[in-house]
Order: sequence, then structure tokens, then C-alpha cells
Amino acid sequence: MRMKGLLVGAVLAATAVTPAFVSNASAQDSIYVPLFSYRTGPFANSGIPIANGMADYLNMLNERDGGINGVKLNVEECETGYNTEKGVACYESTKAKNPVVTNPYSTGITLQLIPRASVDKIPVLSMAYGLSASAVGQSFPWVFNPPATYWDGLSMIMKYIAEKEGGFEKLKGKTIGYIFFDGGYGREPLPLLEIFAKKYGFETKLYPVPPAEMQNQSGQWLNVRKDKPDWMIMWGWGAMNPTAVKEAARIKFPMDKFVGIWWSGGDDDARPAGDDAKGYLTLNFNGVGAQYPAVQDIIKHVVAKGKSQTQADKVGENLYNRGIYNSVLIAEGIRNAQKITGKKVITGEDMRRGLESLTITQARWKELGLEGFGAPITAVNCTDHNGHHAAYMQQWNGKNWVKITDWISPMKEEVRPLLEAAASDYVTKNAGWPKRTESCDRPS
Amino acid sequence: MLCVKPYNWACKIFIIPFWEMWELPDIFVQTLWEGLVGGTLYSLIALGFVLVFKASGVFNFAQGIMVVFAALSLVGLHAIGVPAFLALALAAVIMLVLAISVERIVLRPLVNQPDIILFMATFGLTYFLIGFGELIFGGDPKLMITKQLYIPTGTYSIDFAGGRVELQKLDITAMVVASTMVAVLAVFFSKTRIGRALRAVADSHKAALSVGISLNQIWVIVWFAAGLVALVTGIMWGARSEVSFALEIIALKALPVLILGGFTSIPGAIVGGLIIGIGEKVGEIYWGPLFGRGIESWLAYMIALIFLLFRPQGLFGEKIIERV
Repeated sequence: MRMKGLLVGAVLAATAVTPAFVSNASAQDSIYVPLFSYRTGPFANSGIPIANGMADYLNMLNERDGGINGVKLNVEECETGYNTEKGVACYESTKAKNPVVTNPYSTGITLQLIPRASVDKIPVLSMAYGLSASAVGQSFPWVFNPPATYWDGLSMIMKYIAEKEGGFEKLKGKTIGYIFFDGGYGREPLPLLEIFAKKYGFETKLYPVPPAEMQNQSGQWLNVRKDKPDWMIMWGWGAMNPTAVKEAARIKFPMDKFVGIWWSGGDDDARPAGDDAKGYLTLNFNGVGAQYPAVQDIIKHVVAKGKSQTQADKVGENLYNRGIYNSVLIAEGIRNAQKITGKKVITGEDMRRGLESLTITQARWKELGLEGFGAPITAVNCTDHNGHHAAYMQQWNGKNWVKITDWISPMKEEVRPLLEAAASDYVTKNAGWPKRTESCDRPS
Repeated sequence: MLCVKPYNWACKIFIIPFWEMWELPDIFVQTLWEGLVGGTLYSLIALGFVLVFKASGVFNFAQGIMVVFAALSLVGLHAIGVPAFLALALAAVIMLVLAISVERIVLRPLVNQPDIILFMATFGLTYFLIGFGELIFGGDPKLMITKQLYIPTGTYSIDFAGGRVELQKLDITAMVVASTMVAVLAVFFSKTRIGRALRAVADSHKAALSVGISLNQIWVIVWFAAGLVALVTGIMWGARSEVSFALEIIALKALPVLILGGFTSIPGAIVGGLIIGIGEKVGEIYWGPLFGRGIESWLAYMIALIFLLFRPQGLFGEKIIERV
């Protein structure tokens, strides 16, 4: 009996670690912000720093400013394990608490929540992930995916490659490999890649990595060695990223011709390969490092007081700062909604309006203590829920990420018509998709 | 002509792959080598399953998480200042404690219960170890202490047929360690008194008990052996990528090996691992483009199923004849 008691106790202790409760403000005088995160499972290496950054920034606002305009944020994490079913369960369990926004942090979960958003009146913020077509505000009034879509990301990578090759016309006859997580996320940019290949005359080679093979990629990279592509592009996540970087180094692929999307650029993605990862490139849209005054405030008000789950030396790493960026969008969306409606405690419907007219100018980034942290958010509006903002290229120097380009604008003229066609296709395929009835606010 | 552009399916299946093997022999040798390394590691994982299955008739679903738990114990102990080889020894001790605990808490109370109950118990053990592991070590990935364990890194580059064959020192080490471990375990369980006792237990629990074989002792020994296998697997796969809970998935690669080799055969695990390892790599490189690539995960099962058409009991599994 004692043994059984011990076992039950241990099981309870082990399972208790999963959902992490971050703040304890009461519901009446606070704004409820659930954060879907994954600190466990095969994608935890990417999920943990993001979850820490998201929670720490919002907690810092609570600690330093008493919340936003005097209203505390009730921040609660729900562990999804990057699993779609668990993500939907998180959504259902948090829905009754009147959240102002949902952060699915998974393309699979986002796709499940998109049809529910307009019904439950809870906007979905899928920051630079999810369904690219949801950038079309007329079709998806409750979904927001700034600052850029995956298709924008691919177009920025192509611009970088073209510049290095001496122009788009020099891409003719080249071979560009694409290694990707074989799921909705990794397959998202494929239509645009095919269009680019036809337009600019290069050949594509595809290397899908099934989820079960994330840490067993020798076959894919042997194919890369056989095909000898001129450039490699990666759409990886979780354990796939560090394995791919190591395998690329193993076959001696030139790392300065290996470019990842912004989700393949964590410090823990490049670090395991050691010096062999030097030169590896990824896109990024947030600043890296702890030098920003707002990040210093996080250290002072949250980390130093033991109110964070992050290790002090991880503050300022790329994916930690990505979490901060996500929370800046949430906080500024709330602030804007408060301004538009004149309310202190806002609802999901108010938040939708706040996100739809969100603007973060260069001056506002500075006011936030994050000067130069992100490109100005100036193009989100009723028809465009993404804005197609710029990103930059960063390179791993063996220890840190280093910014090596200025802001690169996406090829909006190529991307936008495709997005609109994809949105129209989505609406056609989903019979009875509601027509937009929501009013439109002018950008703040 | 069979092979005139645009190539037809017969050409793509029966001519081009072999032409590529001939044209680029270095890539072909490299493919065989990668398959051999992967196959040896699959054999090692499959051996963990086979040992437990032979002793208790249970498919140990927890073998994958044992790989993670063992590797995390090693790097976790080293992270708090324990020297690498002492951490290795202590990680082995942790696996022994786990084996004793499993026997006392999970297996002993379930003696004589249907096999499905024991199988479900290993599910419970899996989720317990996931939660317990995350509680102690956290969910973030760790780097394997490769240098501290004196596991060589770097590459031997061999010029071959106008190309090159790259042999990773880490892979060579993995091959040597895994082969040695497989050989030692195979000899131990086939030539020693404990091995004979294991075979007796596998045949019949009741008969084994009646001749004085301690079922509990055998269970502890095989679960400990499975724990050691998990530790070595965790070190080798962890060094190739990182130590994280994603490693758990790798253990499932042993399933087609078991289907092919039989759940009760140690030689089956070894030969099955090599066939699956080499087969899936050769298939991925030369026939993968026909199916959009990324076929490794299901090709292994296809290979196993094709073998089963001819030998339903697996390569070395025992043919069961039941008289009615």
C-alpha cells in the first residue's frame, strides 16, 4: 500500500508540472490572456524559450506598470505539447474565462481554431505562422498573422539568394533544395516556391522530413549530397532544426548557402553543431540580445525576483525575444482596443478591433524600450491582417546570431494575389463561411 | 526503348536507380554505410524490446522513454558536477533502480494477469517517466557529453572511385559499441545459466517456477539489460542530434525490425535491424524520388511486411504449430 501511495504521489507530482500558472489577478478587474505553449515533448526546444519570453514580458508589464492602463493581465499558460488535439482542448478549457485573444503557437492548432474564432468572438493571433491566406481581412476578420506570412518569408529568402547570385536572372539553371517539416507548416510555402521556380528558371529539389524522422535525417542529407543543390532552404521546427544543421555540416554543405525561415533560427538550433554551424543563415524579424531597456526591465522585475521560469543566461536569446515580440503585439493590441473603445477591461470583440488597427511606429518601439527591436508595424488594416512587413537575415558566428543585412521587404506584389486567391479558395471550399459584417476602424 | 525521355515508370523503377548506383559508386557506398550505422542502432533498440518480451511476454512500450530517461540522467548528473564516467556509472545504477522498481511495483502485482494488462502497464510507465523526467530535468534539450566521454568526433574522408566516402568517427564508435553490446548480450543470454533461465521463463512461467527459477530475479536482470541498452542508445543518438524528449520517437523505429526479426529472437533483432537500416536508406536515396521522398518512415514497414508474406513468424521467430 505504501508503495502504491508513493507511486500515486509521484504521478501527481509529475503531472502537476505540465500546466504552469503564471499570474493570479482576479477575473473581474483583469484582462485574461491565455498563452498556449509547449514546454514538453519533441518540440520543447523551440517551445520553451518562446513561452518564457511571452510570459515574462506580460508579467513585467504587471510588475512594472500594474498591467496596461491600470488593468492587470491575467496570464495563464496551457500546455499543448504542439499537439493539435491538446491545443483544441486548451482552447475549450480557456474559452469560458473570456480570453481577449488566442495564441495557438502551432499551425495545426491555428487551422482548427480559425472557424471557431468568429463564432466565439475570440480573435486568433498567429504571429508569422498559421494559414498564410488568413492575412486577407475581408475573409478572415478574426484572424491576424503579422508581421509577415510564410510566403513573405520565402520571397525574402529568394531576394537574398538572388542578390548573392547577382540578380534574379542569374537563378536560371540553378538548383535550390527545400528541406521541410512534412506537415501543414512545412508544406505552406510550396505553391510559391513552384511559381518562383517557373518564373526564374531554377530547379527545385524537395526533402520532406516526416515527424518521426526529425532526429534521423541522414537519408535526406545524403540525397542533398547526391543532388548538389546550389542553395538549401529550410522550414524546420523543434528537434528537426539542430539535427538538420548537424547533418548539413556532416556532408560539408556550405553553411552560408543554407537559409532557414525565422522558426529555424533558435540559439539551440545552431549551438549543438558547434563551430561547424558557423555561417548558417536564417531570417529574423525581432532583435536579439538583452541590451534593450524593456528586456532589462524583465530581468529586474521578473527574472531577478524569481518570477520567471527562464534561466537568466537565456534571456535575450533569439526565440526568447520572439516570445517578447509576440507579447508586444498582444499588449499593444489591448492598449489600442482600450483607446478605441474607451474601456479599461476589454473583450475579445474589442481586441479584434484593437488588432485590426494596430500600429507600432519606430517611435513607439522606442517608447516601449525596444528601439530597433522590430520593423515598424504600419500596414495592418481591415483588408490586410498581416501587413507584409520586413525581416532581416542573421548569421550564426559560432556563439551568437549576428544581423548581416538591413531590413528586407517581401515581394508583396507576388505574394498578395496568391493570398487572395488562396483565401477565396478557402471560402469556396468551406460552404457557409460567414461574410464579413464587422465594422472597420482606422489605424491608430 | 525502356529508357527514353520522358522516362516511363518501368525505367524509373528498374533502370535509373541501378544506373545511379553505377554512376556514383561513392554515394552508393556512403548509402550502405549510413544504412549499416542506422541498422546497427536499430538492432540495439530492438534488442531491448526482445529481452523484455522473451522474459515476460510483454511488448515494452516504455523502451523509448527509457532511452530518453537514461540519456537525461547521464547529462543531468554531469550538469550538476559529477565527472563524466562516474555519471555514466550512476546512470547505469539509476537504470538498475528503475528495473527493480518496475519489477516490484508494476510486474510482481500483475503476475498471471493477461498480457494486455502488462502491456497497458508499460503505457502507464511511459507516461510516468515522461512526467517524472520533465519534473527533474525540464523539457529543454541538452547536449550529449560527447567529448567528456572521449567519444571521437570528426570525419575520415576516403577517396573512392573519383568521389569521397565520409566516415564519421562518431558513427564508427556507435557501430563498434552497439555491435559489442549486441554480441555480449547475445552470448550472455544464450550461453550462460541466466540465459538458459531466461529461455525457460520465455517458454513457460509456471514450468520455470517449478524448477526453481526465480521469475522476479530474471525480470530485474532483463529490465536492467534493457535499461543499459537504452543508455547506450541514448548516448549514441543523443550525440548525433541532441538529448531531448524527441528521442522517444526513435525507439519506434524498432517496430518494423521486430516484425521482421520476430519478437523473441536475438539474432532476428540483429539481422532485422541491418536489413531495415540498409533497406530504408537505399530505398530513400534511389527510389524515394518516385514517391516525393521522405519514404523512410513507411518503407521500413513495407520491407517488414513483404518478408512476412513469406515468413509469417518473422526471420528467426519460432514457427508455432498448434494441434487441434
